[in-house]
Amino acid sequence: MTTPHPDPLLLDGAEFSSRLIMGTGGLSSLHTLEQALLASGTELTTVALRRYAPGQGDTLFSLLERNGIRILPNTAGCYTARDALLTAELGREALETDWVKLEVIADEDTLLPDVVELLDATEQLVARGFKVFAYTSDDPAVAHRLEDLGAAAVMPLGAPIGTGLGILNPHNIELITSRADVPVVLDAGIGTASEAALAMELGCDAVLLASAVTRAQDPVAMATAMRHAVAAGRLAAGAGRIPARRHAVASSPMTGLVDTDDPEDVPRGDWAPVREGR
Amino acid sequence: MTAITLNGTPHAVPEDTTIVDLVAEAISRPLGPDGRPLDGGRLGMAVAVDAVVLPRSRWYRTPVVEGQSIEIITAVQGG
Repeated sequence: MTTPHPDPLLLDGAEFSSRLIMGTGGLSSLHTLEQALLASGTELTTVALRRYAPGQGDTLFSLLERNGIRILPNTAGCYTARDALLTAELGREALETDWVKLEVIADEDTLLPDVVELLDATEQLVARGFKVFAYTSDDPAVAHRLEDLGAAAVMPLGAPIGTGLGILNPHNIELITSRADVPVVLDAGIGTASEAALAMELGCDAVLLASAVTRAQDPVAMATAMRHAVAAGRLAAGAGRIPARRHAVASSPMTGLVDTDDPEDVPRGDWAPVREGR
Repeated sequence: MTAITLNGTPHAVPEDTTIVDLVAEAISRPLGPDGRPLDGGRLGMAVAVDAVVLPRSRWYRTPVVEGQSIEIITAVQGG
């Protein structure tokens, strides 16, 4: 019997001990992908749906099955609610899950979500019994609308897909997390570990990333870094950080200091130069 | 022969071919009447006929019809 995780991620009633969701896109070697997924500790991953091509050897699907990693099919490449609905239905049929990462993009240069189509698709998919994980912009009003429409999770971007620009609007992400009653997953834009930790510190329930790991020079090392960063950020978020302040507060006692020859030597005032040898 | 479009390219199958036959042939893996692999495990595939998803439970009973556009879909790497 395994010990229950003290702080599991809950998505649509399912429990995960890892709060890092690593996608599968961006690596040409399935072997390296497998090593990176294992290093990341992820228990949930994303896939896209495309035409079957004959001659696929060890398939992605069998790799994920073999490692017990749950699959969240996406609707990447869809520009309209109509496209997204068909892709979601294909994903449900192929992968036997009613979970869908709903992506409806506006154009291929920015890959930004088209939130009008996104809201429409969310409403229709929820009505068809899907559990919608909605990839969205960092707009708190849209996040709120998605929740109202029945999204199982709201997944705002930190920055456009694949850019590695980090979290461009931390204030908005914090607004979203502070008002949401469904899980918030920071999805897209993460470049390095500190940004994944920041997402968690801003109150996100999980981080979804792919390129940051799969396009890193050493994907396995970066996957390991992300695993630790997400765990660290989660702990920090719940640990009650100190308030930021303008002036220093000593952590060593200011009393009981040994006598100096020259009491005048102690600098006073708002600003004091650093003195050598003290 | 029955002429169809399979994954966007012209394709011909013998008369009386069903969807389950078509999929099994495409993936070189025998499938049962329930559309699941006879060698066990899950298939991880879906079929759309003329842009409508056909549940695997109906593959066995559904004939391939001249002129149809059939898509066989699987999971690929993606964020």
